Amino acid sequence: MTGTSTGTSALPASDRPPGAPVLEARGLTKHFRVHSRAARGRTRFRGVVHAAEDVDLTLEAGRVTAVVGESGSGKTTVARMLAQLIKPTKGTILLDGKPVSGRRLHQYRRKVQIVFQDPFASLNPIHSVRYHLSRPLRIHHRAHGRSEVSAAVKALLSRVKLDPPAQFADKWPHELSGGQRQRVAIARALAAGPTVLLADEPVSMLDVSIRLGILNLLGELRDVEGLAILYVTHDIASARYFADTMTVMYAGRVVESGPSLEVTDHPSHPYTQLLLDAAPDPERTGPRVIEARGSAPSLIAPPSGCRFHPRCPHAMPICSEQQPPDISVGEGHVAACWLRHADYEDATGSPSPAGNVPA
Amino acid sequence: MNAPAGRQAGAGEPVFEIRGLSVDYGRGNQAVHAVIDTDLTLRRGEVVGLAGESGSGKSTLAYGATRLLRQPGIITAGSVLFRPRAERPDLAVDILDASPEALRSLRWRDVAIVFQSAMNSLNPVLTVQAQLTDTLAAHLPDASKGERRKRAAELLELVGISVDRLRSFPHELSGGMKQRVMIAMALALDPQVVIMDEPTTALDVVTQRQIMQKVIELRDRLGFSVLFITHDLSLLLELADTIAIMYAGRIVESAPAQLLFRAPRHPYSAALLDSFPSLHGARRVMTGIPGSPPDMRKPPDGCAFQPRCRYALPRCAEEVPELTPPAIATDADRLVACWLHQERDLPDQLAAPEPDGRSRRLVASAPVPAAPESAGGA
Repeated sequence: MTGTSTGTSALPASDRPPGAPVLEARGLTKHFRVHSRAARGRTRFRGVVHAAEDVDLTLEAGRVTAVVGESGSGKTTVARMLAQLIKPTKGTILLDGKPVSGRRLHQYRRKVQIVFQDPFASLNPIHSVRYHLSRPLRIHHRAHGRSEVSAAVKALLSRVKLDPPAQFADKWPHELSGGQRQRVAIARALAAGPTVLLADEPVSMLDVSIRLGILNLLGELRDVEGLAILYVTHDIASARYFADTMTVMYAGRVVESGPSLEVTDHPSHPYTQLLLDAAPDPERTGPRVIEARGSAPSLIAPPSGCRFHPRCPHAMPICSEQQPPDISVGEGHVAACWLRHADYEDATGSPSPAGNVPA
Repeated sequence: MNAPAGRQAGAGEPVFEIRGLSVDYGRGNQAVHAVIDTDLTLRRGEVVGLAGESGSGKSTLAYGATRLLRQPGIITAGSVLFRPRAERPDLAVDILDASPEALRSLRWRDVAIVFQSAMNSLNPVLTVQAQLTDTLAAHLPDASKGERRKRAAELLELVGISVDRLRSFPHELSGGMKQRVMIAMALALDPQVVIMDEPTTALDVVTQRQIMQKVIELRDRLGFSVLFITHDLSLLLELADTIAIMYAGRIVESAPAQLLFRAPRHPYSAALLDSFPSLHGARRVMTGIPGSPPDMRKPPDGCAFQPRCRYALPRCAEEVPELTPPAIATDADRLVACWLHQERDLPDQLAAPEPDGRSRRLVASAPVPAAPESAGGA
C-alpha cells in the first residue's frame, strides 16, 4: 500500500481471518405496500409486493458472495436492506455478531458501505473527485485538517489505481470515463474504512472491456485488505469468475446457494439450470438442458409452494403445495427444490444435477 | 399477403452492401468522425453481427446506412447498395442517392429496423393493434381494414404472442413482449433486411434467449437477412453467421463467427473475447483491456487501438492499417486491419490455427444431414 503514512487509511478488515463471518442476515423479508391514488388525495391500499422472503446470507471476511438473479428477483432489495437504506419487514441483520440498533447505526454505516450500479448518477456533477472523497473522511473522522485529508484522498485514489492521484483528485465527474467514475465510487466507499462492501451491479453499466478491471480491483481489495464483499449481479458468468460463494434468487426467494464453481458446474435447482442455459455461451457443446417458458411471476400474488413451479418442466404436485425446504446437495451447497428431497428423488425422471456440464 | 415459404432464391448473394461509408457529427474542424470508410456486406438469409463498445460507431453505421441520422450527423462519403430482387443481382438501388419517395417506399417494406429499448419505441397511448395496422395502412393503402386486422393478428402469432393481446396497451406488456411486438412490426411488410440495434440489451437473459431463438426461427422460415448490433460479443458468437468488430469508427476484423471465436486475428478481438468470463473449466485470471475506449473528439494517431494494444509497434502510431485478408492462410472470407500481420512474427494469441468447422447456428434451420459436429474442446 502506498500513502498510508498519515495513518488515516488504516487497513480495517484484515484483523479477521479470512472466512470469519462479518455480516449476517437471518430470515430477511421485505414487503412493499402498494397504494393507488384515489379521489381527493387519499390513497387506497392495493396489496403487498413480496420483494424478498426469508433470505439468509452470510458475508465473510476476505470472501466475495454473489447474489445472482434476474430483475425482480429481490437481489437489490436484499443489498439495500443490508445497507440499511430500507428497513426489513422481518428478520435480523448482525454485524460482527451484534444486532443493529439505532445507536449503532452511525457505526454500522461506517463499516458497511455500498457501491451503486450507475457511476453516471452516483457522483454529483457539481463536485470534484476531491470533495467526493473528503466528505466521508471528515464525516467518519478518518482524517482531520487539510493536509491530512489531502494525503488520505491521494491514498484512496492510488488504492483504486487512479494514477497519478494528485491529478485525478482535481477532476470533475464529467472528465472521467465510466470505469474511472466507478473507481471513484469505490474509493468513496473505502474512505469510511468499511469491513463490508456491498456492490450492486457495479459493472453492468460499463463497457465490456473495462468490466474485468473493476472486478479485479474488487478482488484485490478482498485478497489484500480482507474486505467482505457482496456482489449483486444478473450475470452468472461474472459471478462464477469473481465470487467465492453464490446465492441464486428467484422471485424473492433463495433457490440455491453454495461455492460458486460448484453451483455453476453442478446446478441443482431447475431455475439455476435455466439461468445457465440462457446465458450466452459460445463454448456450449451439448443441447440445452431446459427450455425457457413463461415469465417471472407477479410478486403481489406469488405462486404457492415453490415460486418457480409454474415455469418448471419437472414440477410435481407437491411443488405447488409446499415451499421446498433447503436440501443439502454437496458440501456447503444447498438447493430449495423438492426434486432433491429423498421422498421424491426417485419419483420423477429428475435431471442429473450435473446436467449443465459439457462433455 | 403470404409469407414466402422457406429460403429465398439467391441465398448467399449480397443483398445489402455498405461501401466506404463515412459519417461525421458536426462540420469543419469540430467534426467528430464517428464512422470512417466502412465496408460491410449482408448476404441473403445471413445474420451479420456488428459488435463494439459504446461510442465505436456501430449504431451510427446502421443509421447512416438507412439515412436515419439525426442532426448533426452527416454522411460524408460512401454508398449503400440494396439489391431488391434475388433473381436480378445486377439491379441495385443506392440508398444514399435515393429520392425521398423511393426512400420512403423502401424503408420498412424492404429494410426494417428494430430500435434499441422497445420500452420507449412503442406509443403508450395506442393499442398494439392500432400500431400494427397503422404501418400496414401507410404502406399497403389498398388493403381493407379487415385484411389489416387479420395481418396484425398473424404478426403477433408469428412472434409468439397470443392474439388477445392485440387490444393491450404497451404498459400492459412485459419488456420481452414489447420487444416481440417491435419485431412483429418490423416484419409486417416482409422485409428482406432487418436491422436490429441492441434489441435485447434491456432484457433479462432468459427473455433474451427466447427472443434470439424467435429471431433465428423466423429468419430460417422467412429468409430475411439480419444485421444484429450489440456490445455483447458472447451473444453474437452463438447467433451470427458472420461477425464484424468495430473500434473507434472502423471495422477492425470480420470473420465467420466460429473462426473469430477460435482464431481471432486482431488484438482487440482477442482481448475482447478474453473479457467474457467462461461458464466452464477452471477459473483463471483475466485482465480485460487496459485503459478506456478512445475519446472520438481526439482519437489517437494511427491505429485507434494502439494505446491499449499489448503488441503495438512504432508503426501503429503512425499509419492506419487497412482492412485486408490476414497473413495466415485461410479459405474463409475474413479480413483484419492490423500491422502485426505484416510482420514476420505474429504473437501466438493472434496465430491460433483455424478450426475447419463452419459457423454454428443457434437453431438448426432444418434437420441437418448427419454431419458429425466437430468436437470442439472447451
